[in-house]
Amino acid sequence: MVAKRIIPCLDVKDGRTVKGINFVGLQDVGDAVELGRHYAMQGADELVYLDISASYEGRHTFTALVERIAQNINIPFTVGGGISCMDDAARLLDAGADKISINSAAVRNPELINEIASKYGSQFVVLAIDAKQINGVWHVTTHGGRQLTEKELYSWAKEGQERGAGEILFTSMNHDGTRQGYPCDTFAALADSLSIPIIASGGAGCVADIADVLTRGKADAALAASIFHYGEITVNELKRQLNNQNINVRL
Amino acid sequence: MTTIIDYDTGNLRSVCNALQRIGVEYVVTDQPELIRRADHVVMPGVGEASSAMQKLRERGLSEMISTLTQPVLGICIGMQLMCEHSEEGNAECLGIFPTQVKRFAVSPGVKVPHMGWNRIADLRTPLFADVREGDFVYFVHSYAPMLCSASIATSENGVAFSAALHKDNFYGTQFHPEKSGSIGEQILKNFMAL
Repeated sequence: MVAKRIIPCLDVKDGRTVKGINFVGLQDVGDAVELGRHYAMQGADELVYLDISASYEGRHTFTALVERIAQNINIPFTVGGGISCMDDAARLLDAGADKISINSAAVRNPELINEIASKYGSQFVVLAIDAKQINGVWHVTTHGGRQLTEKELYSWAKEGQERGAGEILFTSMNHDGTRQGYPCDTFAALADSLSIPIIASGGAGCVADIADVLTRGKADAALAASIFHYGEITVNELKRQLNNQNINVRL
Repeated sequence: MTTIIDYDTGNLRSVCNALQRIGVEYVVTDQPELIRRADHVVMPGVGEASSAMQKLRERGLSEMISTLTQPVLGICIGMQLMCEHSEEGNAECLGIFPTQVKRFAVSPGVKVPHMGWNRIADLRTPLFADVREGDFVYFVHSYAPMLCSASIATSENGVAFSAALHKDNFYGTQFHPEKSGSIGEQILKNFMAL
């Protein structure tokens, strides 16, 4: 059986990782390659690098960084942030990314999922969905949850799968940043309605939250940032504790 | 010197990067004479089986690959093309490994594509020197070769399948050693030592 995956997420701005503390033994915590290698050695199953640069120059720096990551990291990694067309996808594939995650651009132009998946394969396309629950309905949002769209979570995820997305990365904007845990019933319902893997993001405050979303929430993977970057727990220690709860992880 | 066969099936960069990390010199080529002269040959591959077979034929490589005598490693689609037949696009393949490539069936608890880290077992041959039974490697695929006499590693995703194959000088892995952390690097080093 395929193991549940633990995926640290690194935010990158102008070629440097932001957030994060000074880990023991790390020369430069802002070096995305060094930090990524550090997590890989701790047992991270994959990495996600999210480009949060706003400028063209920042984007350019990010592509060069992706090349360095690909040369130095020996586990799969996904890149996301600001991917809006085929050219962006091609550029990042050429730089060595294993997967890309697309979000707002897919909401604006769902056909983009088909285009990228048919050219580079479903395994290359992660559809990231940020949704907010209002009066019992999960509305898909863009712009970090500030903008509601007319799409609804379950039907959009299903459409994404049918268009060729290989994985769904779902973040509840009601839970993101709260550290109160994930909406596990929603994750489970999503998992039951799809055949592709689901990555849970946003809301982890402790090991129990992650254990919960991987079991009750039926998620295939958990993505987290803060709990790793601020050194609250190492990837290895998290996986050891999950393993103690009989969750199938790679140790 | 090692050659990586370039037959225009997506990204070869991960394999190049992995070989570089373990200090192997390589060239990427579709030239039959360069492939024939190499000490080791790697045939990666991403994409769809029938069109990948078509590309091998167009480049005049489909006949010559089976005649190679040095160690050859097929990775993912590269290995599937060395089997007899693939359900993907109903492709007639090279027929080196005596098995068929079939699609996984979706069922409760079984996802397709089979994506992520899974255990390998029943390990045979020096390709797995210093790799332990039950070690995890990274897979991304929807089709897999069935078990057969040439299986040298097995894994399962609803059904058991060949995670690696071996016949004579030909080896193949369904998983991606180039993305499988230190275990993957060990397997690549083992291949280079053959």
